[in-house]
Amino acid sequence: MALKLYYDELSQPSRALLIILKISKIPFETCPVKLREGEHLSEEYKNEVSRFQKVPVIKDGDFTLTESIAILRYLSREKQISDQWYPKNSKAQARVDEYLEWQHNNVRLLCSLYLRVKWIEPRFFGKEASPKKIAPYESRMANCLDLFEELWLSKTPYIAGDQISAADIWAACEIEQPRLAGYDPEVGRPILSKWLNKIRKIPYYEEVHSRFNKMVGLEASGTQVKAKL
Amino acid sequence: MSLKLYYDLLSQPSRALYIYLQVCKIPFEKCPVALRKGEHLSEEFKKDISRFQKVPVIKDGGFTLAESIAILRYLSREKQFSNEWYPKDSKLQAQVDEYLEWQHNNIRTFGTLYFRTKWIQPLLTGEPPNAKKVATYEKHLAECLSSMEELFLKDKPFIAGDKATAADIWAACEIEQPRITGFDPVAGRPVLSKWLNTVRKTFSPYYEEAHLILNKLVAKANAETK
Repeated sequence: MALKLYYDELSQPSRALLIILKISKIPFETCPVKLREGEHLSEEYKNEVSRFQKVPVIKDGDFTLTESIAILRYLSREKQISDQWYPKNSKAQARVDEYLEWQHNNVRLLCSLYLRVKWIEPRFFGKEASPKKIAPYESRMANCLDLFEELWLSKTPYIAGDQISAADIWAACEIEQPRLAGYDPEVGRPILSKWLNKIRKIPYYEEVHSRFNKMVGLEASGTQVKAKL
Repeated sequence: MSLKLYYDLLSQPSRALYIYLQVCKIPFEKCPVALRKGEHLSEEFKKDISRFQKVPVIKDGGFTLAESIAILRYLSREKQFSNEWYPKDSKLQAQVDEYLEWQHNNIRTFGTLYFRTKWIQPLLTGEPPNAKKVATYEKHLAECLSSMEELFLKDKPFIAGDKATAADIWAACEIEQPRITGFDPVAGRPVLSKWLNTVRKTFSPYYEEAHLILNKLVAKANAETK
């Protein structure tokens, strides 16, 4: 039985896993989940897919696993993921892990919170967000992106050192996200911009981001993305 | 001794690593850092210890590493004498990892927000905590603790299954933290309460030793509210 991936391209860690699975040529069955329709909130999803009611999720036979980083590591043991993306060398792997652990309460948290307040809540839950309400979220995210550039890219071309790794894929997917709300993470950050544009050229990155980029384009042109919640 | 741990026992992940290293009998040199004195914010700390200016940090010979979970995993490869606490079995390890990744934006985020607003900020500013914010963060923390009980402890004694693992150490250290403010994380949560007491016993005596300062502060907070 092939590996199943439950995902939505709207979800940053879903995109990161899609890219790593495709690059690694690991056969998997795509099981798209419509987050905008609240599919993950149903009892059926809770009972049959994942009690956490989130994406991404994998099912490997009868083994179910959530949390994209736990999944990445599981795949690196069970399936073939090239050393380039998740090094077997202990110290090199530790450098990738260091970023993947750091990012939860930094880039992931602050980009997600901004998007939630500026875009998700107004668009899908009818909550209005005044500029005054959005401002502190934007400023915390902006400070974090500056910190990210300083801590991770000021001395090395890639996050974990001289070589690209899964850390760069995970980071880039998070940093794309605020573009949905019209925020450009590259503005005023030439180092981040140069790095992001390198990551965007890796195989499958653009393909995995194509629906996301279409949504960014629609939003930017004033056509609101449809909500069903 | 080639392995150094920079830590402060008031930091939850510092305590987790401090306990873990001793439980695994991995020799290390203790390098305490006084967070309350801002030692981590100095240029010296930034240059000589860690650019992240946080604890915990390890130095293994010339190799410096931050982030307690990255450190846990590094130690399991480099120094592990037993596979008991961070299983080598792939699926078991994945279940430990699943918790350790989940907890960042759940228990850790909400516990830290609550603790910082109710205890740290008043200490730094000399002003009383923002009551409205404290109430909101307490509500989020309470929901998160109930969630944790439901998701991870409903039908098993430990987070990753029948046996205690590093996930339980990391979780317990986060859950102890808000007790410093007088908040009781296990009130009304008998499953969580039983689990916490089991974890405290399982990792004894290192667990109590790591929590000595915290428990003194908890006693002080409880005395003050009487």
